[in-house]
Amino acid sequence: MQIAPLEITTYRNLERAKYPFCPGCGHTFVLDHLNAALVKLQLDPQKTVIVTDIGCVGMSDQYFDVNAFHGLHGRAITYATGIKLARPELNVVVLMGDGGLGIGGAHLLSAARRNIGITVLVFNNLNFGMTGGEHSVTTPHGGVTASTRGGNLERPLDVCATVSVNGASFVYRGTAFDKELPDRIAEAITTPGFALLDIWELCTAYYVPNNKFSKNELLQTMQTLGLPSGVLQRMDNPELSRAYREQNVGALGRTPLPPEPIEKKYDSALAATTRIVLAGAAGGKVKSTASALALGAMYSGLWATQRDDYPTTVMSGYSVSEVILSRDEILYMGIAKPDILVIITPEGLTQVPRQLRAMDETQTVYVVPELADQIETRARKIIFNFERAAAGKKSLAVMTTAAIVRHADLYPLAAFREAISAGQRADIAVENLKAVDASERIL
Amino acid sequence: MREFIDGAEAIARGAFAAGCNFFAGYPITPATPILLRMLRELPKTSGVGIQGEDEIASIGMCLGAAMTGAKAMTATSGPGLSLYSENIGLAITGEVPLVIVDVMRLGPATGGATTVSQGDVQFLRWVTSGGFPIIALCPSSIAECYSLTQHAFNLAERFRAPVFIATDKEMMSAQQSVNTDAFEKIEIINRVAAPAGGEFVPYQTKKLADIPAFAPIGGEQLTRLTGSMHDERGMLTKKTSAVNKTSRHLWQKIQAHRDELEFTKLDAQEGAATLVVSYGITARSATEAVRHTRAAGKLASSLIIQSLWPLPKRALRESMRGISRVIVPELNFGQYRQEVERIALSLDPRPEVIGVDRVDGELITPQEIEELFGRG
Repeated sequence: MQIAPLEITTYRNLERAKYPFCPGCGHTFVLDHLNAALVKLQLDPQKTVIVTDIGCVGMSDQYFDVNAFHGLHGRAITYATGIKLARPELNVVVLMGDGGLGIGGAHLLSAARRNIGITVLVFNNLNFGMTGGEHSVTTPHGGVTASTRGGNLERPLDVCATVSVNGASFVYRGTAFDKELPDRIAEAITTPGFALLDIWELCTAYYVPNNKFSKNELLQTMQTLGLPSGVLQRMDNPELSRAYREQNVGALGRTPLPPEPIEKKYDSALAATTRIVLAGAAGGKVKSTASALALGAMYSGLWATQRDDYPTTVMSGYSVSEVILSRDEILYMGIAKPDILVIITPEGLTQVPRQLRAMDETQTVYVVPELADQIETRARKIIFNFERAAAGKKSLAVMTTAAIVRHADLYPLAAFREAISAGQRADIAVENLKAVDASERIL
Repeated sequence: MREFIDGAEAIARGAFAAGCNFFAGYPITPATPILLRMLRELPKTSGVGIQGEDEIASIGMCLGAAMTGAKAMTATSGPGLSLYSENIGLAITGEVPLVIVDVMRLGPATGGATTVSQGDVQFLRWVTSGGFPIIALCPSSIAECYSLTQHAFNLAERFRAPVFIATDKEMMSAQQSVNTDAFEKIEIINRVAAPAGGEFVPYQTKKLADIPAFAPIGGEQLTRLTGSMHDERGMLTKKTSAVNKTSRHLWQKIQAHRDELEFTKLDAQEGAATLVVSYGITARSATEAVRHTRAAGKLASSLIIQSLWPLPKRALRESMRGISRVIVPELNFGQYRQEVERIALSLDPRPEVIGVDRVDGELITPQEIEELFGRG
């Protein structure tokens, strides 16, 4: 014989039978409706979490025997999203006021867009109840509050339209007096995607006395504003936490960030630590060439570092890469005084005046002919001669760097070639290897 | 095995080694490389990685996930850390394990997005309202990015607290050859689970300095988290005795264990009168300066700080004994130097403390430090 599980008759915390709210406050009714919905659904309390925002409604979680997360003002939806993403099987219910709606508006939009499977109950009493009756984003035009003594000049936010147009799965507007509210809350909780209920209610401490407001005025205001009530949207789009897992099912079991070993295959005669700066233009392969320079050095048993500098726009302006090659591990990664400075475009030249000033006779500046006259330095100056290059000036960064690998005897050119083949897309590598071939006679 | 990687890769590998299974973040230079790696790699281990609509949402999602038992991490830079501030307070008071990487860039405000800095050192210490202690680690090598990230997760779990990794643009984005066989795998520590059965009291501890046991949302026992001042059951309270207990617990749980939270590397030379105290990217220049100084036949000592907060008082005091000059190089206006000065005041004889400050976006050169050794 199977024993039927015990029916849960209430989800209220019976040690706290009495709510802390003002007499007549709508929160009391809505929480009772929430309890009725939970009883109707017979949810497992351990698989259910109430996430509360701030304000009077923020105290609500303490009156229920389910898991609770009471966080910061306006951020309840973010915690709920994290909980649901981590544990899609949980029932996640957010309780927030119209205050939280305003300060956390960005999160509301994103929750609807993402269709994350949480249920948001907005306890919408048209003002801030806890801090003294100030106006909120839902205070009607003309509404008198502590912060709008002459009547509210702002238009109220239509939260239902906002989340509906952004893809919410279930949207309902009503009042704390609605008889159908337990059923609607239950429907929202069982909706797989994002569900929101905008529940209008009376704040008997502030909005009611300040505006001679009652249940009738509440309904009247909704009508005057042209805001529809009832179920406003039912949609069946994929829910985020499940869609994420479905999308990523193919990745499961693969090793994250596997090592990418670089084997030593060549020998380098380089004795002293060599600091190299490549100064060129964005989009001119400076960064990828510097990577190949460093990788080739590693194939040759050297240690390397690479720092790249470019404007935040990435695709225009200068691009400067710094590469240090050494027989030992490199600690200080800056290059105040390069051993080799390669200047291949005017943009690059603008970035290296300090280095040019710092360099001395033991160091070398390699420069394209058209910029040679603009360079003042004590360092040795070597000018590329592209007239001897078979391929012209294509892939300038690669061609000049290849020439320097050979000229400065950094390491075998074969290692540089291999680095290009290993680290770059095949079609680009082919083009760059041609530039390496063409580099032979430019110095 | 040699590899050519950056600090972002090593931090991400460290996170996986420590069991990280949740990441939320918002793109910001120079922390984005961590976000991209975590989002790409987490699905391989059944983890979840998401880009939030802003920094506030990103850390909020981490807190929610962490309370279901996830090991969560986020990464940002100064402007994002500013937006994390209030939620860091929630992580402290709600006792949520969380690892936060701060990739420092030049500030204030938007500052220099691609410019190196160590300007957040005191910001991290006092990162939220109320004045409670935090834990912050600071790697100065790729290998430490890997090992300290694992320690950060372990400490977050052990102390049920936010733990910071303070690093910078150069550590995250400069590629370096590194011998990854030497990467240190740290034994994983998990938060203490609540005993099964009986009523679970979410914030109950025997002693003020103890860490409460953890029950995840969605587990066998009902649990609560609150950002409000609370009693041991996680219920709002203004009762003086309960408020006092919770406040002192949040202080004691870190402060009483501060000796165990000291991570430093001392390289003392017998008879040296000068000590350089450094951390992060600047420690690399300091190490080179010490090597050059010794190679020139002079004496030099070095203390590298790997745990910025709580201040490693014991190591600082011991390393400064008998020293007449302390050099503190920093990419800020001497934020850590003022801590070192405070320790120096308690020593007899009292060492002179001098700084090398750079705030121009360039790294401090070994020569700038070496010159100060020379003057000694």
